[in-house]
Amino acid sequence: MVVRRNAGRWGLRAFALGYLAMLLLVPLGMIFYRAFEHGFGAAWDAVTTADALHAFYLTVLIAAIAVPVNTIFGVGCALLLVRSNFRGKALLNAVIDLPFAISPVVIGLSLILVYGRFGWFGGWLFDQGIQVIFSVPGMVLATMFVSLPFVAREVVPVLHEIGDEQEQAARTLGANWWQTFRRITLPAIRWGVAYGVVLSTARALGEFGAVAVVSGRITGQTQTATIWISQAFSKFDTTGAYTGSIVLALIAVTTLLAMNIFKRKEAPR
Amino acid sequence: MSVAPGARAEASPRPVAWPRLGGAALGRGLVTAYLSIVVLIPLAALVSKSSSDGLGAFWHDVTTPQAIAALKLTLIASLIVVAINVVAGTAIAWVLVRDRFPGKQLVNSVIDLPFALPTIVAGITLLALYGTNSPVGITVAFTRASVVLALLFVTLPFVVRAVQPVLLELDQEMEEAAASLGAGPLTTFRRIILPNLTPAILAGAALAFARAIGEYGSVVLFTGALPFKTEVASVFIFGQIETGNTNGAAAVSVTLLGIALLVLLVIGRLTRWSLRHGR
Amino acid sequence: MRIRLSKLSSPHRGGEGQDRRRRRALRFGLAALLALALGLGVAACGSSSSDTIAVVGYSTPETAYTKSLIPAFQKTSQGQGTEFSTSFGPSGDQSRAVESGQPADVVHFSIQPDMQRLVDDGIVDSGWDQNPYHGFVQDSVVTFVVRKGNPKGIQTWDDLVKPGVEIVTPNPFSSGSARWNLMAAYGAEIQEGKSPAEAEAFLKTLLEHTVVQPASGGDALTTFTSGKGDVLLSYENEAIAAQKAGENVDYVIPDDTIQIQTPIATTKDASSQAQDFVKFLYTPKAQQLWADNGYRPVVKSVLDKNKSKFPTPPGLFTIDDVGGWDQVTTKFFDETNGIVTKDEQDLGVSTSG
Repeated sequence: MVVRRNAGRWGLRAFALGYLAMLLLVPLGMIFYRAFEHGFGAAWDAVTTADALHAFYLTVLIAAIAVPVNTIFGVGCALLLVRSNFRGKALLNAVIDLPFAISPVVIGLSLILVYGRFGWFGGWLFDQGIQVIFSVPGMVLATMFVSLPFVAREVVPVLHEIGDEQEQAARTLGANWWQTFRRITLPAIRWGVAYGVVLSTARALGEFGAVAVVSGRITGQTQTATIWISQAFSKFDTTGAYTGSIVLALIAVTTLLAMNIFKRKEAPR
Repeated sequence: MSVAPGARAEASPRPVAWPRLGGAALGRGLVTAYLSIVVLIPLAALVSKSSSDGLGAFWHDVTTPQAIAALKLTLIASLIVVAINVVAGTAIAWVLVRDRFPGKQLVNSVIDLPFALPTIVAGITLLALYGTNSPVGITVAFTRASVVLALLFVTLPFVVRAVQPVLLELDQEMEEAAASLGAGPLTTFRRIILPNLTPAILAGAALAFARAIGEYGSVVLFTGALPFKTEVASVFIFGQIETGNTNGAAAVSVTLLGIALLVLLVIGRLTRWSLRHGR
Repeated sequence: MRIRLSKLSSPHRGGEGQDRRRRRALRFGLAALLALALGLGVAACGSSSSDTIAVVGYSTPETAYTKSLIPAFQKTSQGQGTEFSTSFGPSGDQSRAVESGQPADVVHFSIQPDMQRLVDDGIVDSGWDQNPYHGFVQDSVVTFVVRKGNPKGIQTWDDLVKPGVEIVTPNPFSSGSARWNLMAAYGAEIQEGKSPAEAEAFLKTLLEHTVVQPASGGDALTTFTSGKGDVLLSYENEAIAAQKAGENVDYVIPDDTIQIQTPIATTKDASSQAQDFVKFLYTPKAQQLWADNGYRPVVKSVLDKNKSKFPTPPGLFTIDDVGGWDQVTTKFFDETNGIVTKDEQDLGVSTSG
């Protein structure tokens, strides 16, 4: 039986890693190869132009706004979905995933329809001097739109899994909902939240289509890293494009590592 | 503080117990406001735009042969991709949580990369790898298989990352008990572990499905976007916008959304069923 | 299934854990607020000052503008001290963006319908094409991009449909500017004396030989350079740019081909400096800069000077010679009855069956 177990484990490992290798690692290798094809110096120069640096700064800034907001509301959504009952819960459950199902260009279109200068609210906003579309706020909105589901979706299964007995118990002992949340629920869902944050960050960094439409693509002002990369491609600057992609990927990996460290410091088991 | 052993963690459908009424109303209000500003109102604008020429035009836009071909391809490919992801994703999550091998942390870190990579880079890389000049001899570009391959790439993290947190919280005592009673690893997995993972797998599958049907950047280049052959809905929609038929684009988008909503509702129902009947 | 509940929380942690968590939450909240403030700040200073000339153009001339034309203008007496903001992207997207309110002083698109959209909305004056060059500041021609050395010997339109030749051309339903290629093919047949029916049949044959129709011109070029196909239908300036970037391609200018005219105009609210800039683009100096970047000058003297680089095809015609964009769009690309639409449909049905 032990032999069977080991064979099973090796088989599973081989399958999982083989799948990952073919699907992920080989393409990754390709990207690295293309980025450094002309040497490290060329790659460095390509991504440290003023426009490139601003683009990365803008991407990180947008993610820094969109992800925390999404996290807070994601956890709120998850709690609503799992711990309370109201009509339309099934619909809310389904609606949360919808942002993905819309083509990114259409997301941009719908945001313009509402917040653009001739959109539903856009006119009023414009008169107040607030420019949403073709400016950073619109890009933040688009990013929030596309990364909305992650935290909620990661947290919901964990909430189901842990059940609410401890919360009930804390309640009977007189804890209010904030205390219950902070001391019982939150520590329990922290892995879900962590992975949700990592996924939304990665998504926010890599978003292109929707942000491109609402950004106006103004060089040096409303270009995110992904927009900069696509422009690099169209100018045949493949080194810049691939190196830029690696930088984005590195930022995403850093988020994951930061989350891991955060988890470890939070509660030694 | 601990609860008597043997007690079961229940999914709680009990109303009002958590949180208190005041907090609930405020929470619901805030969440609704947020969802509205970011998602619901723009979606409403989209629906409004799609039907601005009347329902007849809407129907016409959605039933052109090219639109139907695109929708069909998208749905079938997405369902295939979800099926593959459910199996592969669970396996990968399992290996990442329960297994030990050198480089595991590294592998764990790269799982999310399909997201962080701009989708156009993904498309170009896939083209370079599996296109005409493929260094590995696999040339699936511009075929229907290429749609599945590109979608597999971008939906990789979903099931994995949905199952991981649940696996991490999972208590191994039941498995050990089952093993000591003589159950083989497969039986243990099937009857003890899997029921607990099912909600997470379904959540990941839902996300993967939604993403797959909306994906554009990585698919558009790699598949060649041939109308009636390898053109997915998002590329078709893009074409409609580019050639000035914004209402048509909105109409097909809304239809795609409607189908997605249906599938997601079904998955939601499956999840509830599995929670009620799983142990 | 039971969960080991001791894992869930540590209520015995007491004050210390609570404090740490509270501080972390506070830091988190502050960081978010800071980010929000920064964001709004960036948004505020992101708006251009009234002296900045906002150029919104289609994607290909980006290098020409940012590396050559704008710096050259800034060296002139009129252009001294002017600031520019630039935005480049797919022509249709850019046109729609300006329509939705994107600030623009100078707009430059790749097809006339994208300009007409703004005229209809009142953003561009209807007299934009009332200069000697009808509003076109440079042009290009449809060419055959082939592998280096032209191994399949493709020189004419008929060569494209020889057995065994694989064509790449962008999807005319994903990209308005992709329609130039097909209209070049149609018009060339007419020029050669074929009847409209024969020319339409040729279009169908052409599409039968097309192995892939990427969603945009840029995608088509990438697809071609990645190894797919024997010949790519593309614009001359794209081919020149690709060669300059080191791609292993050559290009052939067929005898009969269409002139790709890209419209440029200032918006109604544009400053006089913006108008000066556009006028500057027609000066011999700027026209030579266009030529250096691979575009055909419209000023005859400059075109003549660059004749060796830009030979005039004997059978050059314009979109007006085949009916103008309005007629062409309805006749060929109408989504139900267009000739090309029906061709694509037939091909799709026969190959997917």
